[in-house]
Amino acid sequence: MNFYIDPAFYVFLAIAIIPAAVLGFTGHRIKYYGLAASIVFLLLLFGETVQGMVAFLVFLAIACCSTFWVLHSWHVGEKALWKFRIALVAVIAPLVVYKIGTVFDQNLMGFLGLSYITFKAVQVLIEVRDDVIEQMSFLDYLYFLVFFTPFTSGPIDRSRRFSEDANRVYSRSEYADLLARGIMLLLIGAVYQKVLGTVFFGWFTPAPLGDGPLWRELASQVKDAYVYGFYLFFDFAGYSLMAMGASYCFGIKTPRNFRAPFLALDIREFWDRWHMTLSTWLRDFVFMRVVKSATRRKLFKDRLHTACFGYLVNFMLMGAWHGLTVDYLVYGAYYGVLMGATDVYQKKSPFHKAHRKDRWYKVLQWFVTINLVMLGMAIFSGQLHTVVGGLIHG
Amino acid sequence: MANSTVEERMLDLIEEICDDEVIREERDIDLFEAGLLDSMAAIELLVGIESEFGVVIAPTAVEREEMNSVNKIIHQVEIRTQG
Repeated sequence: MNFYIDPAFYVFLAIAIIPAAVLGFTGHRIKYYGLAASIVFLLLLFGETVQGMVAFLVFLAIACCSTFWVLHSWHVGEKALWKFRIALVAVIAPLVVYKIGTVFDQNLMGFLGLSYITFKAVQVLIEVRDDVIEQMSFLDYLYFLVFFTPFTSGPIDRSRRFSEDANRVYSRSEYADLLARGIMLLLIGAVYQKVLGTVFFGWFTPAPLGDGPLWRELASQVKDAYVYGFYLFFDFAGYSLMAMGASYCFGIKTPRNFRAPFLALDIREFWDRWHMTLSTWLRDFVFMRVVKSATRRKLFKDRLHTACFGYLVNFMLMGAWHGLTVDYLVYGAYYGVLMGATDVYQKKSPFHKAHRKDRWYKVLQWFVTINLVMLGMAIFSGQLHTVVGGLIHG
Repeated sequence: MANSTVEERMLDLIEEICDDEVIREERDIDLFEAGLLDSMAAIELLVGIESEFGVVIAPTAVEREEMNSVNKIIHQVEIRTQG
């Protein structure tokens, strides 16, 4: 039973929320029930495939053992970096093996939600190394990893924030507010995904360039890129709102994932608004680390070169994470270059500095940005691939 | 006495990274909102603090709201140097 896709999921979700609401309204902690409910939901998710269940349990065993091994080393003051490194490799290995396996049409170590659980496990490990997480109970860790509402596709929560919510006892009025907002988010999310997402998807009809006049063929490609962009937004933002809403019902304020991304005035702002929990995760655990180590080792002669390098690594990794296919790798490189170019332009251009507060300039910036974003969508969806392939093969 | 030196050295460091003297006067403005600091500059600041004071602040250790003005940055370094 796939979460948020299978209609039966919503029935089970509605039933599962009832005890959570009773606990919430009567001033009890929802954590233990939430953990039990999550385990039942994961059984429903993996119940049909033994392979998925085994892969999930193997991952869980690796994550728990390596994390608490490192946590213990830090706790007693040994702080063995080699242990941290082994643990990090062990936790990332299933995802890497899975991604490489898909290139050869093999499903190795894969299960629904592998990426997102990996992001969470890596966050905990790195923060233990950074002395940011000094202690964590096994149950809190387990609950953070397996909490079912954002399990399959995020949003990516952070462990300290999550555990704070999980261990909270809400007052009656606080919980009532949370539940009302949760149900609201579930409904809005459903309209986004099931209605608007479906409508836009119906209008998405990608095809290679035809024989008509060039301007008309191009216009039809632009239309498809835009339609796909809106479809992806409503589908994923809708899912994210539902995952957020369902979390609220369990007393967990899962962070939001989208904030009007198509209103962004530049590409950097776009990534502050699109799939935000992924972009902030990458910023904190990839970009900042890469840049920090490059700055410390003085790999580049100035700040801009360092930033461009950081963006390239960051977004190429994001592309590779989406999948080891030409389209996704190009997509990653496209944004890596665009982020660097935006930085260089904004820092170096006197024209930008002189006009950045003017209204006409902002409108122009928005127009350029949304078209760059939609070109990105055409790369991501494979539309550009189809068009280029059509041109080459006639 | 020790505090004023930390403060002075921090002001020098922040001025160098933000490339603007205004930070000496406007110590409570949000540096991110004012466009004086972005995520790149913030990392340089962390690296600078590390090499200048030997104080390591991990990227996710401090929320952005707790480190977005000159006074707050100095405060974060001071609580760690007094340890």
